[in-house]
Amino acid sequence: MEHIGFLVAVVIITALAFDFTNGFHDTANAMATSIATGALRPKVAVTIAAVLNFAGAFLSVKVASTISGGIVNEKAGIHPSVIFAALAGAILWNLLTWLRGLPSSSSHALYGGLIGATIVGVGLHGVNFTTVVTKIVIPAVASPIVAGLAAWGATKVAYLITRKGSEKTTTKGFKTGQMFSASLISLAHGTNDAQKTMGVITLTLVSVGALPKHAMPPVWVIASAGLAIALGTYMGGWRIIRSMGKGLTDIQAPQGFASETAATAVILTSTHMGYGLSTTQVCSGGIMGAGLGGPKGQVNWGMARRMVYTWGLTLPAAAVVAGAAAFVTDRGTWGVLLVGAVLVAGSGAMWWLSRRQPVTAGNVNEVTPVPLDVAITPAGATPTPASTTVAA
Amino acid sequence: MNINWSALADTAAVSFGITVAVVATFALGVLGLSRREAATEAAGTASPATTGTLALAGATVCFAACAAAVAYGLTLIAA
Repeated sequence: MEHIGFLVAVVIITALAFDFTNGFHDTANAMATSIATGALRPKVAVTIAAVLNFAGAFLSVKVASTISGGIVNEKAGIHPSVIFAALAGAILWNLLTWLRGLPSSSSHALYGGLIGATIVGVGLHGVNFTTVVTKIVIPAVASPIVAGLAAWGATKVAYLITRKGSEKTTTKGFKTGQMFSASLISLAHGTNDAQKTMGVITLTLVSVGALPKHAMPPVWVIASAGLAIALGTYMGGWRIIRSMGKGLTDIQAPQGFASETAATAVILTSTHMGYGLSTTQVCSGGIMGAGLGGPKGQVNWGMARRMVYTWGLTLPAAAVVAGAAAFVTDRGTWGVLLVGAVLVAGSGAMWWLSRRQPVTAGNVNEVTPVPLDVAITPAGATPTPASTTVAA
Repeated sequence: MNINWSALADTAAVSFGITVAVVATFALGVLGLSRREAATEAAGTASPATTGTLALAGATVCFAACAAAVAYGLTLIAA
């Protein structure tokens, strides 16, 4: 048991690393459409998102307690090596989908990681499958559809009402509106997702007896989780921002406002009702709906299909990776070190691959117009179509 | 396993309703601003000032309603 102290430190660092990937994976949710319509300049957008994510982390700790108490059964003997394996699976999946520019759900990656690692490390009885279905799977299917329908309806209404107004004034108005809707999403994101990391760290501290059962996260946990997600958000997952803002549909200011409002409404209503849904899926669904409801009525179905496949894969894939990791970490300290080495090497390799075709604040909007699915362009050729950022 | 379908349906319906209502209100506000601009430009013809002021007042009411929705959203986040 003498490696517990070391292991707890490793888990906390890994949890914060996950929080960081969560931040940059999800910058796109709030800001992709604002960047695409030009409502906010890219750097300004990520700065606002980062500040609001940090602020959001301090607003509530309600979800932090449900993550540890809901999906996995703490009493079944969840120990730090299991949590470490869960985080390793979630981080690797997050980085892989980022490399491919696909907006997968960081929450599902985390849930999948926890489930997989718990099944291997503790056994099937460690997972509350009823909670998994009612609180995760059903909302995951329903929420993007609801957001899509709402955004579709709102887009239709917005165009109908403003059809006689001057286009210059209405565009300016909707762009201003987008600043508010995008900010609200960022704030809600910080509140929801930073809490998940707080929940994981708290769960770890509870599992070694450093905190009493059902304890609230200590202030240093809240602050460090908020800081990690804010830093990640500021780094900006530009690949995903490009896919969501330019890859799905050609989005105009009224559509951007409609999709962001739909996403905000769905996220806040569902959170209020206790469903742990994915911000990513809600926002992508909203963008698709707004695309269909717009004057052109177009969505790049190739990209949409790839996103939906990724959503379906996220939970099981993270679970399998985390399960394998849990099997290794269970062997003892050398297992933990091995998984840690694989995690660092894998993350490094994906970062290195991403450098071959970088997407940055400067070129995030430089893509050829929507219907694309064309052959892979030679590396380095710009502007690249959004769906071929995956070439690397 | 007991799935609460009515809670799910309520959540969906409320989300849809709020979205369309907020966006419609905001769009009306934007339309009001647009009307006011048109009225200001057409200043000199019959009663431009009244039309412009009315449009501005309407827009203000709409944006205030949206601000209230945002404020309610904030209380939900912080709850």
